Amino acid sequence: MSARALINVPRKARRGDVIEIKTLISHIMETGFRHGTMGELIPRDIITSLSCKYNGEEIFATQLYPAIAANPFVTFHTVATESGTLAFHWIGDNGFEATEEAKIVVE
Amino acid sequence: MDGFDITRREALIAGGLAAAGAASLASPPVAASTPGQMEHAIRSLIGEAEVRKGKVTLDLPPLVENGNTVPLTVIVDSPMTKADHVKAIHVVNEKNPQANVISVQLGPRAGKAHVSTRVRLAGTQTLTAIAEMSDGTYWSDSQEVIVTLAACLEDLI
Repeated sequence: MSARALINVPRKARRGDVIEIKTLISHIMETGFRHGTMGELIPRDIITSLSCKYNGEEIFATQLYPAIAANPFVTFHTVATESGTLAFHWIGDNGFEATEEAKIVVE
Repeated sequence: MDGFDITRREALIAGGLAAAGAASLASPPVAASTPGQMEHAIRSLIGEAEVRKGKVTLDLPPLVENGNTVPLTVIVDSPMTKADHVKAIHVVNEKNPQANVISVQLGPRAGKAHVSTRVRLAGTQTLTAIAEMSDGTYWSDSQEVIVTLAACLEDLI
């Protein structure tokens, strides 16, 4: 399953700087509380978690619930410690999975 | 009239109970969490720990027109060092069908405890953010939001 994910990480940072990371992924985030035209309950289909690893070490994790708006947008911060890769991993209902990577150069 | 000797009062009580039973069966399940449910959600997240006001800033617009996407920011006042940092942040609501909104795990590598997202709100209500610190204390902040057009429960167009 391919979902469009956007990551915003500064390309360069000074060692020790606190950088902001913005993530956005396309997903309907169907709550499971709504009814269709025939009165039937529309089954839940949401992203349940997002985690971020900085050179293999987990620096951020979150659990999302139906109260998160469609196309989940999450921002958080981290300390730029070393050059490398930030790996993002989303997991959701119905076997949904998406990954994205961003490179950062720390001077 | 042996064996069928009920007073008017008994008949009324019996009738009332039957009507109440029928009503509870007939009414559809109400999809709305209540302040009680919010308390229950908080307890299932953090156990019986005491929660104090302060340190946490929950930033939400005071009035929103569309509850489908409401910007939400949580900032916790913490140095974010190995010895003193925020371990987790939980946001819960009062009136959505489910009380949980988001839970976040942080560590000293976060640099600062500042998290944003966009949420759905089914009506005017109060949201609460709770931060769990590395020393085991819990801090919170609450914010009321007035929502003109609620999310979640409207029918599909």
